[in-house]
Amino acid sequence: MKSMHIVTSLIAGSLFGFGLALSGMMDPAIVKAFLNPFGEWNAALAFVMAGAIGVTAPAYFFILKRDEPFFDNTFHVTHLKDIDSKLIIGAALFGIGWGFYGLCPGPALAQVFSLQVEIFVFAAAMLAGMHVSQKLSDKF
Amino acid sequence: MKNFFTTDITNALIGGLLIGSSAVLMMLFNGRVAGISGILYQASHLKLESLWHLAFIFGLFIGAGFFFEFNQVNYPRVTATWPYALIGGFIVGFGTRLGGGCTSGHGVCGISRFSPRSIVATLVFMSTGILTVTIMNFI
Repeated sequence: MKSMHIVTSLIAGSLFGFGLALSGMMDPAIVKAFLNPFGEWNAALAFVMAGAIGVTAPAYFFILKRDEPFFDNTFHVTHLKDIDSKLIIGAALFGIGWGFYGLCPGPALAQVFSLQVEIFVFAAAMLAGMHVSQKLSDKF
Repeated sequence: MKNFFTTDITNALIGGLLIGSSAVLMMLFNGRVAGISGILYQASHLKLESLWHLAFIFGLFIGAGFFFEFNQVNYPRVTATWPYALIGGFIVGFGTRLGGGCTSGHGVCGISRFSPRSIVATLVFMSTGILTVTIMNFI
């Protein structure tokens, strides 16, 4: 079972990385132009989300009706309902960072083999941010 | 009529379909959400149980690498210098951990199962992203 998880993840990750590369999400200039509806707007990236949700939403509808996935005995989805301050503040900060540099986590990681120093800095800072955030959450 | 699509929308759409297919595989076979920030955080513990997380991230590297190699094009260059990367990366990491997801986990997977939290999170990060870019263009 565990080894099958790894195989699926490797395939799914590759598909995801290929999709990101094709989509334009890995180019900070395109991302910033997408987040610029009040300026020189390039709305192309809306199609990335539309395409992804267009596939995922109908598929999830049927998949989540099953008792279990193929290689596990449960679906690991959160049942949290609360729209709390952590969610809002976290999402707000994420958006600020995304607009500031033009990369969200997936595209930043998919850029690793481009061997640009800035990508390594971004990825390392992202990991540090995650761990600091978790430490603070555990405390308060 | 102004052109609001200055880069290829077919590529954007097909890229999105592939990302969606990846999310479907992860749920159907492993019962997991294809949320990159969460997967990265778990992977960073480098434990035996986090091997699949590492495999997914390695997949991201090779999937993108294959695309650029195959098409004989260069990776998009980042233009902002490393201090910007340091600040941007930290805020993205901090925010995604606190908010429990990013563009993939909330924006694709969460919205696809109509999670109210994910819908709210996506509206919030889209708004602050737009706000940030708009303000930065004024400075």
